Amino acid sequence: MNTVRVIFKRPFALGLLSLILVLLATLPLYATDYTVILLTAILMYIAITVSWTIFSGPTRYISLASAAFFGVGIYTSAILGKAFPLLAVIGIGGFISVILALFIGLLTLRLRGMYFIIFTFGISELIKNSLLWWETNRTGTVGRWVVAVDHTTVYYIMLAIFGVALLTAYLMRRSKLGLALQSIGDNEEAAAHAGINVTMVKVITFAISAFFMGAAGAIMATRWAYIDPRIAFNPLFSFMPVLMAIFGGMGQLYGPILGAAFFTYLEEILITRFAYYYMLIFGLVLAITILYLPNGLAGLIQKWRKGGVAKQRTDT
Amino acid sequence: MLVTALDIVIGGLIMGGIYALIAVGLSLQYGVGRVLNVSHGEFIMVGAFITYSLYALFGISPLISLVICGPFLFIIGFAIHRTFFQYLRNTSESLDAFEGSSLLASFGLLFIIQNIALLIWKANVRGYIYLTTSVSILGAVFPANRLTALLFAVVISLAFYIFLRSTRLGKAIRAAAEESSVAGLLGVNIHRVLAICFGLGALMAGFAGALISMIYEIQPTMGMQYTIIALIVVVLGGLGSITGSLIGGFILGLIGSIVTYIDPGLSLIAYYVIFILLLLVRPRGILGR
Repeated sequence: MNTVRVIFKRPFALGLLSLILVLLATLPLYATDYTVILLTAILMYIAITVSWTIFSGPTRYISLASAAFFGVGIYTSAILGKAFPLLAVIGIGGFISVILALFIGLLTLRLRGMYFIIFTFGISELIKNSLLWWETNRTGTVGRWVVAVDHTTVYYIMLAIFGVALLTAYLMRRSKLGLALQSIGDNEEAAAHAGINVTMVKVITFAISAFFMGAAGAIMATRWAYIDPRIAFNPLFSFMPVLMAIFGGMGQLYGPILGAAFFTYLEEILITRFAYYYMLIFGLVLAITILYLPNGLAGLIQKWRKGGVAKQRTDT
Repeated sequence: MLVTALDIVIGGLIMGGIYALIAVGLSLQYGVGRVLNVSHGEFIMVGAFITYSLYALFGISPLISLVICGPFLFIIGFAIHRTFFQYLRNTSESLDAFEGSSLLASFGLLFIIQNIALLIWKANVRGYIYLTTSVSILGAVFPANRLTALLFAVVISLAFYIFLRSTRLGKAIRAAAEESSVAGLLGVNIHRVLAICFGLGALMAGFAGALISMIYEIQPTMGMQYTIIALIVVVLGGLGSITGSLIGGFILGLIGSIVTYIDPGLSLIAYYVIFILLLLVRPRGILGR
């Protein structure tokens, strides 16, 4: 009830949202292949970044396990792609990521701050290196071929994952679970004393966010056609969502969307010819954002929109 | 049997010496400055490439380069802390918030340094031949450059340890590590000490890089693997404990050497397993408080 009312309170936002959705849904009808493929990449990064923010935004636990969830999805697609229909493979990819996230979540209950960050990073790298060893020594092939799917189908599935991830993030922010997460981020002990089952809330949210990463990995694998553990579990897939979310700003839902869209587009125009410059710019933007824009682009927009109000608030 | 054992042990000590050196730098930066510097490996890489370039262009011995790239990286590290992390520390709400944002900022630094290096030196793997004559120790044969690297790693680590223990600046650093606000009240110029610590971390990275370039192939993307090893050693020794890092480096080197003897492909996996288990069972490390 509450959610519906909030949407209808803002007819302009609702109209804009429907317009964007209609434009996205009909895109393959009028746009070039190039645009469709570019949009697929943008939607993928948005989906990953938004789902990263579902957990890490409110709780402030910085997870570097995204690459693990994404990679698990990719490998699900590579191994099961021939045996099952596409949608089932994507579902299974997401589901295995959920299992992995539950496992990691339960292991890391006691870890906080720095320890959580390096643990999640370590576990992704452990999976990558174990898989690399297994593929080299046991199966004898480092890489695998993935059943290719035409790019319009990939686009629509990515659009669906993007839509569901966004809707989930939106609903979570307004649910009791979202509130619980927020209070965990503010003060975990206080949240526990207030009767929140801190462990449960954290683990469930972590698993939800992992689902979309796994699903996105499973469909993205069909675009790449050839994968190996280094491609699938590239640590950049852990860093990117963090950096994109921070650049965009995590205070608002549209922040991570802006961050992901901006960097994916920048990557698209720079990576083929000036790869080093792209990563250099990436590093510079990240450093500058952390120094001067701690709330990201969204924070800047927010400040600009209600300049007076925000100023008053900080004064008091 | 004895030869194999010697092979493993001395091989482990050689790796361990380098591991200890890089871990001490990271440990100092985190333990005192609370910056978990994930670009530590990039400083090592820069040290390695300066040494390589000086050798390839002017024929300067890597051992002389130690004296050049160490101080050079110290100045870079000091300046980065003074401009970058000091500002971040002053504007952060709390020390915990600073830990998080400085970690992310050092990711930015990682991309910046690595890609400048890629633009200068290109992505090729490089190496040079230096002191490759073999030396036999009780039948086990080692190239002289590895033994030299071990010797220098041990000497530098010990010198650094003595510096921390017995000089005035070393005392100020340890005071800042214990309780930075109190140290500040007692007249320690805390920002200067923190910047010096970050610089010293970079200095150690520079030394390690110079030694690494003597024995291994180098490339601009090599930094990450050393950052990870340093991180594992630092966790093994206890976050922030310098002595722990020194001991942890040698322990990890020996473990690596043993596992490499069994199956070279498994050494990295073994490191991660140790890392994960440590974090779960004893996150404070062997010497952590």
